[in-house]
Amino acid sequence: MTERHPGGYRQHRRRPIGKRDPDERKDDYDEVWAEKWDDEHLAEQGERCMDCGTPTCMGGCPIGNIIPDWNDLVHRDDWKRALERLHATNNFPEFTGYNCPAPCENSCVLAYNDDPVTIKSIERAIADRGWEEGWIQPEPPEQRTDYEVAIVGSGPAGLSAAQQLNRAGHHVTVFERADEIGGLMRYGIPDQKFAKDRVERRVDQLREEGITFETNAEIGENVPVERIEEDFDASVIAVGSQKPIDLPLPGRDLDGIHFAMDYLTQQNRRNARKDVPGPDIDADGKDVVVLGGGDTGADCVATAHRQGADQVVQIELLPKPPVERPPENSWPDQPQTYKKTYAQEEGAIEEYCVDTNAFVDGDGDGVVDTLEADRVIWEEGGEGPPEKKVSEANLEIPADLVILAVGFEAPESSPFEPLGIELEDDGTLATDEDMMTSVDGVFAAGDADMGPSLIVWAIGSGRDVARHVDLHLTGETDLPPSLETPNEPLVQ
Amino acid sequence: MLHMMTETFESDRERGLHDRSRQKANCGVGVLVDLDGDGGHELVEDGLSLLENLDHRGARGAEENTGDGAGILIQKPHDFFADEVDGLGAFDEYGVGQVFLPRDKQPDELQALIEAAAADEGFDVVAWRDVPTNNDGLGETALATEPDVAQFFVKPQADVGPEELDTALYVLRNVIESRVEAQEPVGSERFYICSLDRRKVVYKGLLTNGQVRTYYEDLGDDRLETSLVFVHSRFSTNTLGAWELAHPYRNMIHNGEINTLRGNLNWMHAREADLESPVFGDDIGKLKPITEEGQSDTAVVDNVLELLVEGGRSLPHALRMLVPEAWEGNDRLEDARREFYQYHSTINEPWDGPALIAYTDGYDVGAILDRNGLRPARYLVTEDDRLIMASETGALEVDAANVKRTDRLEPGQMFYVDGDAGRIVPDDEIFDRLTDEKYGEWLDENRVTLDAVEEAVAETPTYVEQDISKYQRAFGYTLDHVERLIEPMADEGKDPIGAMGNDTPLSVLSSRNKTLFTYFKQLFAQVSNPPIDYIREETVTSLEQHLGRQHNLLGETAEHCRQLGLDSPILTRAQQAKISAIETNGIRSATVDITYDPETTSLAAAVERVRREAVDAIEGGAEIVVLSDTATGPDRVPIPSLLAVGGVHHHLVREGLRTHAGIVVESGQPNAVHHFATLVGYGADAITPYLAYETIEEQVYEGVIDVDREDALAQYRHAVEDGLQKVMAKMGISTLESYKGAQIFEAVGLASDFVEEYFEGTENRTEGIGVEQLEADVLDRHENGFEESVAGNLDLDQGGEFYWRRDGEFHQWNPSTIGKLQHATNHGDYEAYEEFAEMINDQTERLQTLRGLLEFDTEDRESIPLEDVQPVEEITQRFFSASMSFGSISPEAHETLAEGMNRVGGFASTGEGGEPTERFNTVRECADKQVASARFGVTSNYLANADHLEIKMAQGSKPGEGGHLPGEKVNELIAETRSTTPGVPLISPPPHHDIYSIEDLAQLIHDLKCSNTDADVHVKLVSEAGVGVIAAGVSKAKADAVLISGHDGGTGASPKTSIKHAGLPWELGISEANQVLLENDLRSRIRVRVDGGLKTGRDVAMAALLGAEEYGFGTAPLITCGCVMLRKCHANTCSVGVATQDEELREKFPGDPEFVANYMRFIAREVREIMAELGVERMDELIGRTDLLAQKDVDHPRAEHMDLSELLWRPDTDEDPVKTREQNHKLDEKVDYEFIEAAEPAIESGEDVEIEARVGNEARTVGTILSSEISKAHGEDGLEDDTITLDFEGTGGQSLGAFLASGVTLTLTGDTNDYAGKGLSGGKLIVETPAEAGYEASENVVTGNVALYGATDGEAYFNGRAGERFAVRNSGVKTVVEGVGDHGCEYMTGGIAVILGETGKNFGAGMSGGEAYVLDESGDFEERVNTEMVHLEALEERDRRMIRRLVENHARYTDSDRAAEILDNWDTYVEQFVKVMPDAYAAVVEQRLAEGEDIRASPPPKPTTTTFPTEGDD
Repeated sequence: MTERHPGGYRQHRRRPIGKRDPDERKDDYDEVWAEKWDDEHLAEQGERCMDCGTPTCMGGCPIGNIIPDWNDLVHRDDWKRALERLHATNNFPEFTGYNCPAPCENSCVLAYNDDPVTIKSIERAIADRGWEEGWIQPEPPEQRTDYEVAIVGSGPAGLSAAQQLNRAGHHVTVFERADEIGGLMRYGIPDQKFAKDRVERRVDQLREEGITFETNAEIGENVPVERIEEDFDASVIAVGSQKPIDLPLPGRDLDGIHFAMDYLTQQNRRNARKDVPGPDIDADGKDVVVLGGGDTGADCVATAHRQGADQVVQIELLPKPPVERPPENSWPDQPQTYKKTYAQEEGAIEEYCVDTNAFVDGDGDGVVDTLEADRVIWEEGGEGPPEKKVSEANLEIPADLVILAVGFEAPESSPFEPLGIELEDDGTLATDEDMMTSVDGVFAAGDADMGPSLIVWAIGSGRDVARHVDLHLTGETDLPPSLETPNEPLVQ
Repeated sequence: MLHMMTETFESDRERGLHDRSRQKANCGVGVLVDLDGDGGHELVEDGLSLLENLDHRGARGAEENTGDGAGILIQKPHDFFADEVDGLGAFDEYGVGQVFLPRDKQPDELQALIEAAAADEGFDVVAWRDVPTNNDGLGETALATEPDVAQFFVKPQADVGPEELDTALYVLRNVIESRVEAQEPVGSERFYICSLDRRKVVYKGLLTNGQVRTYYEDLGDDRLETSLVFVHSRFSTNTLGAWELAHPYRNMIHNGEINTLRGNLNWMHAREADLESPVFGDDIGKLKPITEEGQSDTAVVDNVLELLVEGGRSLPHALRMLVPEAWEGNDRLEDARREFYQYHSTINEPWDGPALIAYTDGYDVGAILDRNGLRPARYLVTEDDRLIMASETGALEVDAANVKRTDRLEPGQMFYVDGDAGRIVPDDEIFDRLTDEKYGEWLDENRVTLDAVEEAVAETPTYVEQDISKYQRAFGYTLDHVERLIEPMADEGKDPIGAMGNDTPLSVLSSRNKTLFTYFKQLFAQVSNPPIDYIREETVTSLEQHLGRQHNLLGETAEHCRQLGLDSPILTRAQQAKISAIETNGIRSATVDITYDPETTSLAAAVERVRREAVDAIEGGAEIVVLSDTATGPDRVPIPSLLAVGGVHHHLVREGLRTHAGIVVESGQPNAVHHFATLVGYGADAITPYLAYETIEEQVYEGVIDVDREDALAQYRHAVEDGLQKVMAKMGISTLESYKGAQIFEAVGLASDFVEEYFEGTENRTEGIGVEQLEADVLDRHENGFEESVAGNLDLDQGGEFYWRRDGEFHQWNPSTIGKLQHATNHGDYEAYEEFAEMINDQTERLQTLRGLLEFDTEDRESIPLEDVQPVEEITQRFFSASMSFGSISPEAHETLAEGMNRVGGFASTGEGGEPTERFNTVRECADKQVASARFGVTSNYLANADHLEIKMAQGSKPGEGGHLPGEKVNELIAETRSTTPGVPLISPPPHHDIYSIEDLAQLIHDLKCSNTDADVHVKLVSEAGVGVIAAGVSKAKADAVLISGHDGGTGASPKTSIKHAGLPWELGISEANQVLLENDLRSRIRVRVDGGLKTGRDVAMAALLGAEEYGFGTAPLITCGCVMLRKCHANTCSVGVATQDEELREKFPGDPEFVANYMRFIAREVREIMAELGVERMDELIGRTDLLAQKDVDHPRAEHMDLSELLWRPDTDEDPVKTREQNHKLDEKVDYEFIEAAEPAIESGEDVEIEARVGNEARTVGTILSSEISKAHGEDGLEDDTITLDFEGTGGQSLGAFLASGVTLTLTGDTNDYAGKGLSGGKLIVETPAEAGYEASENVVTGNVALYGATDGEAYFNGRAGERFAVRNSGVKTVVEGVGDHGCEYMTGGIAVILGETGKNFGAGMSGGEAYVLDESGDFEERVNTEMVHLEALEERDRRMIRRLVENHARYTDSDRAAEILDNWDTYVEQFVKVMPDAYAAVVEQRLAEGEDIRASPPPKPTTTTFPTEGDD
């Protein structure tokens, strides 16, 4: 057709697939997402995409999903081709269809002055449909090379790298130190956000495509680091960036103060009926404080609700973002605006501009029970960054359980040190423009290379590293670029 | 063969962008014949007078006293020569040669050469005579190249009859020319034979019309007698050293241009090998080459016509072969004529283009007008048997009582004067002599059509089951091709529309692998010839053709038409199968494999092999060569189909074999309209795009296209055919046969040796890749196609050519640049602007534009402090916003742009579509008001309010095309501004119907200058090869400014084919224009502007250094106002309220004038920084300084082969590189100033004023300045009706009463020329045939072509017939005329036309509003209506009242006998009126009537008694 529904956005309002009712969902670990959707609904939403000349959504999407094309195909009820076109840029569209913050939608040209197309819902639906119809099948390569490639880490970066390299015909082995494949997709993201059978079926697909997975295989522990250099023609380190940022405040060594990832992993294992190492971290009946206003913090808040916390307070040092875009934050840059998280929808106290000073054990049982903090205001001061000033000192917040979700600082690189791998100042692995580390044939991808980021960046990084590895091994490649497309993504 | 004076050309041949063979010339012509054959010297005198009265149709060079060329052809004045020269004998015993010899050089060698040649050909040179000349008053340019003029007289040694003598003289002339060419005797560079003939002699030169008389003293000699005169006045785009380019040529004069010249030359060359004629015998060899490269189109036509006539055909026969009427689609044509044309179409292709050609052998005169009727030719016959034919009526004054008949040459019509019989032979009678039963019989027996060929084969897919995508990849398909072109074409049968122009790199700059097709850019018509409207005027277009073995051009046998006739060049696979296997009537085909094995051979060698095989096949008797790449596979690489075609075509031309066989291409590669256009343009007769078909079948099979398979294929073919016609039409070419091999393209980014080898003669100015780099790309695609694909990858590359894609082609407008520019301008953030500019300017990593290959050469420059550079506010005065019509963009966007530009001292342009009057004299006013082809809202008042007036000849995104504003976009405001009806669609035709040539443009410039004497008139052109000569013509046509637009300009809607493949970057256009203007000393008279994709200060500085003084921005300022490049302008759904008329969406418009202003200031700020670096204080010092530019070294596999030195070449001249002189419009001579003085009481206080005057054809545009004064004083409303009455007698010059304002009633007793009542703005125009005229008024032509074009309001009465295109785009005038030519009321949108006589064909084409009433006495009017947009209705009572009033008025105003007759027998006549009602208008009328409102026009008032002349006024 000459034009694909240029006026569709005027006929239908934006209506994402949405979530289950907070009251209904907040006590179980089933996904918060609405379970069902229907074709007609999404056909309408797809019609809202006008197939514009400069699909800024594609710029906003780190991996360059060909969004207008599959929006249209869904509208035209051609789900199979939509799936093909989605898979062309994204190995795991359900990972992103369920869990991506969707920078694409913020970049959609309709977001300029209207509600963007429900890109994420459409992506999810295409992936759902693909699994439902059995269209997603293993596609082992027709020809194999003799090259062996090791992937260390089985998060989205490792898995996408593995699939791409396997498609290029190389023999791929994935090492995962945990007992299950998936990295943060498996244990980091709580079940209510992403059901684990979604990971499992992908792993099955990859396995059937010929990828070897070795779990409980930790480099430097039960797998000698030399192996990845000696036994393989190339290897990719995709171990993520899992070293949490700590808050070395008075009382930090009290019991009841935990890192978010430890907390979340425990619950996922519990849900999976696996043994839970270490002492139980349980919010049941407690006043919980989550430090950190990000997505991980939100996951902790939501998990605490489900565990039966009496009260959950989520604390953020920085000010609450504005609801509307400030003028200097113009489209198509990502909006720095407030968006209520799914966890907050389920009821919690959100505190901004709160600067924690100390963890206090009031009753002396060795367990934290209060958090001491100041309320601050941030003042724009001349040239430098804004400075904080105390506006209300010595707040006391009840805290039987404190979860630290203030971010991650670096990959756990120590296992690779024997290889002579060099690091950047921020602790990430140093790589050249071909994503190779300082060790020849050893590449890095995902958070380990870029620092903490989103799933979609990890997938893209995995795709790109596969391309570089293939090129390194064979001198040419037919694997497509992802983050490194000829036209760069908008969000760097 | 013709030897050219090429000295001045050759010294510069290698320099600059301008190909000197592409000069353009248009003209004024005149023919006088004493039908009774008496002759006399008086005819010479009259001819010269006529010439002088056509002075405004000729032009001057840089100097007032150097004309573009003028001359006169007369019969050989035997008595005069006999007096002057001894020993001549009787009239028929000698020939006279008139030659240019070198001045100041010894002509001995040349004379000896001529004498020797004469002797060898059996002649004696009996005498030489110096032709006395007087060069007093000639301009410097003319003097610099002035030759000596001599005559020589030759007598045959043997006793020969007159006709043998003629042949011998013809041969002798060719022999002399050949020898001069070969031997290059002293002075040969100035040598030229004006004529060498038994019967006629030509006096001409680089003269003004008036100088002809004084320069040649012979002409004043009473003894010089003739009964036949041709005169000609040239308006050319280039005058350097052009003495020989003046007309008449040896046998003819010509007004117009042959669009298909390149192809005609090639075909002529190809036919030479087979030429034979008993007339010439062995002498035929001496005539070759028949015509040569580098000549003017007229010279070529003259050569070929002469060959045909000397070769034995009658003059009418030859003319009809070369310029057939539009016979193909004419169902009313009698069979014998059709057979004549069809037969001859197997011999040669038509020579296409706007042309009036008059030819004479010295006795008879033949004249012919092109099928479109694009040049004026008026004639009259007097009571004393004299014929006067000229571009204008009234050029030779004749007493009305002495006029027996007046008429005009109609489109495609031939006119023939039989010298012996002393009469004009009617068209039908001519044909009685030409037609012959044998033609039909020969056709029946020999011509083959595919229907007759047995063995029907189904369209069977070949590849679908073998993974079609492999082949698609190997042939270079992307998703763009499949989903953006093929799919919509198959789905909807149309070449799809896009918007917002092109912002991707040229193929040679791209980082992607582009097919060879994309290196060719379509050329298009502008100014010197018009594009045509193939949709509304489809009666003149045709895709029919013949292929196969052609035979001797000079003969006619049954064998000649033993060829295969095709309706379309796009074949089905079944048709292809038939052709591949054909064995019918001796027609046999041979297939040549155009694939190769890269392991064993190279691409170049493969082409050579193909050439050999093609030659072998033809020599073996094949009459059709099929070039097929169906063998493509993993081991066989397809030769690019265009390379195969161009390679074989040119090889066969060189070998003299091209006309021995047709070339059919069976290829997987072509799929888009442009692909087919290039293939046909380089010589393919027919094409089977089998992979495109299979792609469609796959789409149907997969359910992507919900159309039946057969329908999808048929629709696709239709879309291709339609697209081809559009591509042809934009060059003004009507028939495929003329387009075939015409090479209407410019190559960009190809090596010149490559072009010479395979695409010889194609314009190519920047160098680039050759066959090796091309092969690398071909192999790359092939490998990509046939290697194992990786799971997950898309089958096809995304392309991203039309819409931005992450993985696709680079676009300058992309999310990053759009976002950054908006941020910068909306927050006044210069740092953000700098980041934006960096993304565009820094092309180290990725080439984007030609200027990206250039850098500032600062080596010898000392930078200066920034504060020494002129301030931002002065620089922004040079900025303007590109024309965007009120209609395509929202009023908010339109006003914001205007206000923003006004804020920085620049200016904005209205674009097509006018401007609401309430914006006049406010900050929201566009200072530049556009005048485009449909003249929407162009009233006297609109024009009077402008500072600049822009004539849009073409626009960057779709040069050569018109526009179409859909009814739903025409809301109340737009309708009011455009003087039309809400809801009624509006069509802008491709050409301005008052500009078919350069002298027409000069006329419109003059009209506009009169409409507002204070406004600068500027002309908008689009960059293409040859734009330089057009710009020179524009300067000579006295425009104050010329704008060269780049091909990348944005737009509301254009075919994607045009967006991508038509026009060239502005860098080439500006540089060429500047070079040609400087070389011709025309630069200082005109301001040069540029637009088309300018984005940054660096862009501006580049444009300045290349020669532009003012800089326009279109897309970029829209982006500052919120445009996010949705490219959906044509859909009216623009979500940011920029390109929409939807009220709700308009509310979302986020723009602000300050954003625009910020942007302009930022650009200027960047320019200042560059100026400081270059050490330049004022912008004027930058203009044209190409020495400050250098080409960069780039690391790019293709671009590294480019060479921009021609772009940077600068002519050595003292001419100022910026505008320093005003054009002399000669307004002070205008008679209007007398009227204004006399009309002062009327203008000041509304008193009635009556003015009487006598006028002649040289008084052009009368009444317009007066109207302008009225508009300035009284605005749109003007004065009370009939306040000022102008009573004229005589002949009205062109544009009589143009833009006549309300309150003025202009009555002329006499007749008028073209464009009467153009843009009538409320005034009243009355043309009355003189009472004493010796002819019936209603039978004669009283007004020329294109009367009432774009008229908006008022009344007009014509007491006689009108020429072609009467009331085109009338939007409000009520008019009565007694008959019209072709295309009457075309594109009309309002008003009333009452036609009291016959109409020509194609009436009401594209008419979307208003009503026409035609008195259809013969009852066959219906056959002449184009019913695509209108229907015929019976009259209602209202209609009868309307007609009655108008006819009564007509009778009262003009004293029309016809009107009186009708009124006297009203009841009879009224029943014979037919009403023409536009469908769209009828629907709106009906709807509004239902709402209680009658929007139809009401009858005009009855005349007041005092305002019209009576018989006594004479």
